[in-house]
Order: sequence, then C-alpha cells, then structure tokens
Amino acid sequence: MNGAWFDIAHMLAGGLVLLSLMLLYQDRMFALLNVFALHAVLLSASVAWQAQIQGAPHLYITALIALALKAVVIPVALRRIVVRLGIHRTIETVVGIGPTMLAGMGLVALSMVVMLKATAQADPLAREDLAFALSVVLLGLLMMVTRRNAVSQVIGFMSLENGLILAATGAKGMPLVVEISIAFSVLIAFIVIGVFLFRIRERFDSVDVSALDAFRGERR
Amino acid sequence: MNLSSFHPALDALDAVLVIPAVAALVLVLLPGYWLSARLNVLTSLATLLAALSLLVERPAPGPYLFVDDLNITFVVLATFVGFTTSAFSASYIGHELEIGRLTPRYLRFYHAMYQTLMFAMNLGLLANNIGLMWVAIELATLTTVLMVGIYRTHEAIEAAWKYFILGSVGIALALFGTILVYMAARPVLGEGQDAMVWTTLIEKAGGLAPELLNVAFVFLMLGYGTKVGLAPLHAWLPDAHAEGPTPISAVLSGLLLNVALYALLRFKLLMAGNPAAVAPGPLMVSMGLLSLIFAGFMLYRRRDIKRMFAYSSIEHMGLITFAFGMGGPLANFGGLLHMTMHSLTKSAIFFAVGHIAQAKGTQRIAEIRGLTESHPVLGWGLVVGVVAIAGLPPLGIFMSEFLIVSSTFARAPLLAILLVFGLLIAFGALMLRLNEVAFGEPTGSTAPVKASYVPLFAHLALVLAAGIYLPGPLVAWFQAVARLLG
Repeated sequence: MNGAWFDIAHMLAGGLVLLSLMLLYQDRMFALLNVFALHAVLLSASVAWQAQIQGAPHLYITALIALALKAVVIPVALRRIVVRLGIHRTIETVVGIGPTMLAGMGLVALSMVVMLKATAQADPLAREDLAFALSVVLLGLLMMVTRRNAVSQVIGFMSLENGLILAATGAKGMPLVVEISIAFSVLIAFIVIGVFLFRIRERFDSVDVSALDAFRGERR
Repeated sequence: MNLSSFHPALDALDAVLVIPAVAALVLVLLPGYWLSARLNVLTSLATLLAALSLLVERPAPGPYLFVDDLNITFVVLATFVGFTTSAFSASYIGHELEIGRLTPRYLRFYHAMYQTLMFAMNLGLLANNIGLMWVAIELATLTTVLMVGIYRTHEAIEAAWKYFILGSVGIALALFGTILVYMAARPVLGEGQDAMVWTTLIEKAGGLAPELLNVAFVFLMLGYGTKVGLAPLHAWLPDAHAEGPTPISAVLSGLLLNVALYALLRFKLLMAGNPAAVAPGPLMVSMGLLSLIFAGFMLYRRRDIKRMFAYSSIEHMGLITFAFGMGGPLANFGGLLHMTMHSLTKSAIFFAVGHIAQAKGTQRIAEIRGLTESHPVLGWGLVVGVVAIAGLPPLGIFMSEFLIVSSTFARAPLLAILLVFGLLIAFGALMLRLNEVAFGEPTGSTAPVKASYVPLFAHLALVLAAGIYLPGPLVAWFQAVARLLG
C-alpha cells in the first residue's frame, strides 16, 4: 500500500477523534451544532477516502449519505428546533470541563491500548482505523453521560454513530447491507428523536432532560 | 407433475416474515377498532401456524435466513405468545378506547406497530447474517420505543426517552461488536458476505482471530445485554414496562428480552467454538447472578405493580443468563425450559395485571387490595401466576429452577448458594406483595371488568401441565438444543 494513502486515511480518522474531543467542551448550542456538522463532513471525507483506496465504489454512497444527512439536514433541523425552543444559551454540563477532558483522554488511550493489542495480525490501516473508531464511540458515550440537555445527548449519540460508520468502512469488504442500514437507522432514529423532542416541548416547554427527572424511578 | 417436487413460491420461512409485514401495512390504512383488532389476532394466528409448519419441514439455509434447532424454539415461542397477547390486546385496547386513554388515530398506529414488532423479532431470530440480525433487533427496539410512549403522559414520555437512549447505546455497542466479529472472520472467510453468515462463521469458528473475538464479545455482551435487561444496564426496563400499554409489557418481557438473549447465545456459541478465545461463560454467569440478586432486593421497594413484575423479569433473565453461562447439557436444558416457562408465566401475569389495573383504575400496589374477593377470576389468576413465577411446585418454573440449582450445586456449590439466596429474596418479596394485593378487605372499584380470560388461563394451564408432566418429544427436543448449545 502507498504510504501517502495510509497517512491521509490516518489523518482523517485522527481528525475525527480530535473533533469528538472538541464536542465534549462546547458549551453553546450553535457551536456544538457547528462542530458536529464538521464532524460529519470529516467522516464523509474519511469514508470517501476509504472508498478510493479500497476500490469500493459503494462506499461513496455511504459518504454521500453522511454528508447530506448528518452535515446538512440534521444540523439545520436541530438549529431550527433550538431556536424555536429558545435554548440557544449555554449548556449545563454535569461534570466540569477539566475532568471531562481528562476522562476523554483516558478513553482515547484505553481504546488505543485495547485495539492495537487485539488486532496485532490485522493489516495496519484497519487496525488504526478501528482504534480511532473505538475512541470516537467511547467519546460519544462520554458526551451522552455528561450532558443533561436532550439536544446535546442526541448529538452525542450521532457522533457515536459516526464512529461506528468509521469502523464499518474501515473493515474492508464489509457487505453494503450494514452501511445502508446504518444510514437508515440514523434517519429513523432522527425521526423518532424529532417526535420525542416535539412531544417533550409540547408538554413541558423544555428539552432539559432533568426537567423530566421529577419522576424518579417510582410513581408515588 | 410429481407432488414432492412442487415448491410453492412462498415457503413457510418467508411466510413467518411476510405475513406480519403485509399486515402492518394493511393495519396502517385500516380505520376502526373492531376490524383492526380482529385482523391483528388473525395475522398473529397465521404467523404462528407458519412457524409451526417449520417444525415439520424446514427449508435449506440461505445467505440471509435459516432455521435450525435453536432458533425454531425461539420462533415458535415468540409467535405463540404474540398470538395470545394479540387476543388479550383486543379486549384491553377496547377498554382503553372506551375510557379515552387512546384515540382511534393512535390505535391504528398501535396495531401497525404491533405487527412490525412481530416482523422484526422473527427476522432477528431467523437471520443467518449477523448484520441483518442487528438491523432486526434495532427495528424491534425502535418500534417498542414508539409503543411505550403511546399514552403521551409525562411518565410515558420519560420512560420512552430513557428506553430510547439506553437502547440505542446498547444497540450501538452491539454493532461495534458485530463489526469486530467480521474483522476477526475476514482473514479466514475472505471479504464480503461469507464473513457475516452464521452458518459459515460457526463452521470456521476455530480459525477466527481470538483476540479480536474477545474484544467483540465484550461489546456484544454489553450491547445485547442491555436489551436483555441485565444489571447494571437494566435501567430502561422497569420504566418501559410500567408506562406502556400492558400488552406491550407482556411482549417486552415475554419475547423481546428472549430475542436479545438469543443473539447473545449465538455469539456465545461462536466463542465456544474457538479454543483460543476467552470462555464466555464466566462473564454471563457473573452478570446473570448480579441481575438476579439485585432485582431480588429491588422487588421489595416497588409501589407500582407493573414495575414490580418488570423487576421480576430482570431477576428471571438473570437466572436464564446464569444457566446458559454455566453451560453443559443439564444447565442448558434448565435454561431453555426456564426461558419458555418465564415467557408464558410472565405474559400471563401481565394479562391479569392489565385487566386488574383497568378494573381498579390504578397501578399502585397500596390501592389494590382483596382482589380474590372483588374480582375472583382475575384475582385467582394472578395468585396462580405469582405462585408460578415465585417458583413453587407443581408449576413449570419450579422444575426449571430446580434443574438449574441442582446442576449448579453439583459443579459450583459456592455459586449455588448465592443463586439460592437470590431466589429466596425474590420469593419473599413476591409473596409479601401477593398477600397484600390478593387477600384482605377489597378496596377501590369492585365493578366487573370486561376481560379476556382465555389467554391468561391458557398460559397458566400450559405452565401447570409442564410442571406436572413434560411430554417425551419436548424433552428430546430441548435435550437436542441443549447439546447444541454446548
């Protein structure tokens, strides 16, 4: 394999991890949405690059879906929701930014250690792609845990799914079924979330999940 | 033309999937409660018949779908409980419509979703491709999320949101595990389709990259384990059971948890087929035991009757996971039997509880008293159901629990002590609550309720019959599956 090809794939995947870390500390809604859109753009570039070097043209479809849906449609729609709900102020984070970032770095280190060790025989491109993908997945999880706002939890979930797509495209020759299904699932998930956000707003005029927590596990 | 060479365009395997899928489309368009409820029942019956015909003649495995001894057991159980629940649902939903909790518009949606869920579960069970199986389980999750939120109350929306977030995270982790399995299989099976097909994967299990498989199993265990409702990933389960319509609680407990467990079992088989990989048993044993004991304690603090039985489901899924984790012919047999008995009993309990909550207008345990006096048939039905689920003889769950406990005592006495401890804790809690709810001075409304008793007592009769006498062919059948499970 050509050295430069490898380096570019590496850079794109590494960029996704970096953007995931940036998502962790965005404390304004619009900034968060912008970083997420950038995340999706980078994902689509990474997928397109994989399509190129693997000679797998069907991956371009996945790249295109990621670009259209996650970089354009969803951020625009979420921006509208945010404006309509009037929550474009700061986001509360449950844990402070410092500890969150430290935890994020720990997770990246963990996924490097785990994946590089487990994939010793696999080809180097797939190995590092998987390690990066796992980092993105874990950082997405971390974001979902540390945010209370429903919109930012949704963004955390979608960044997590970006990590999954990175992993799926890095696995050379994985059948198209899965990629299409991921794209579909994002769409469905988004519709579901949209419905829920709408209902939540309708009932409480708030998308802060903690407002829902009044009901704590047990009806009294 | 020779009759034996005649192959219909649509075999029974396709029918199990096509019938609910087509019915879902029709039910979207069909207005009116009377017609759609009946169509729902009929469709479920047709699916059950198609599934039963698979017992007699099964088609050869294809790249996407296949039938073997293991998944046919799950499919028959799923379609049977799906059918009886649809019959229960018809009368339950009629009442909800009368009191205005559901509007006709939502009802159309409800029935369409019910069949979509059946389709997704059958697809998940019959899939021969780990990617397809994942897609099906995701579809099942999304449909149940929508059904849990259908009442649109404060609590229902929170329950659905919690379920959605936890369920999606679980499903995402499971997908990562699925990708890793593909990566592990690629060097042996080559790129593309083959490396995701069960039948080829299991054939070549010994050649898969063991380190990758280990990591994959951790993700699969956490991912599908969330859907099974294993502690500490169970948080969505009680809310989803308590706030959705009761037929959905019955389907969730009786079927969807089993489907996720089935996925877990498949990957366990894959791990077991690879001598260099970590043994999957201990992880399953410890998570199962943790769920069992945790849920046993949590049962004491429940004030909501549906929530209490949801915790009981966590307890039993823990026990089943424990049994399959232990492995061996006897424990696997016990696990299979327990799974079947739990599905039948728990859905029967939810049938009773659904009508009881309608009769009393509340789900709070403190406001339900003296059921055996105010509603004798429902009350005694609940008593029998709870006695069964608590594991008293002569009902079926006693037998399966006895098998699991005794096989554990023979092999790991220390674990068996913990197991018995957990079972006793849960037993105490259930008996305590049952005494309050079923006996004493009746409170609340004593007006009779229009209920469908047939599904409830059909399930209980089956559980009782299994406890007294297991027919030979069934035993042989389960033994074969238990051997398959290793």
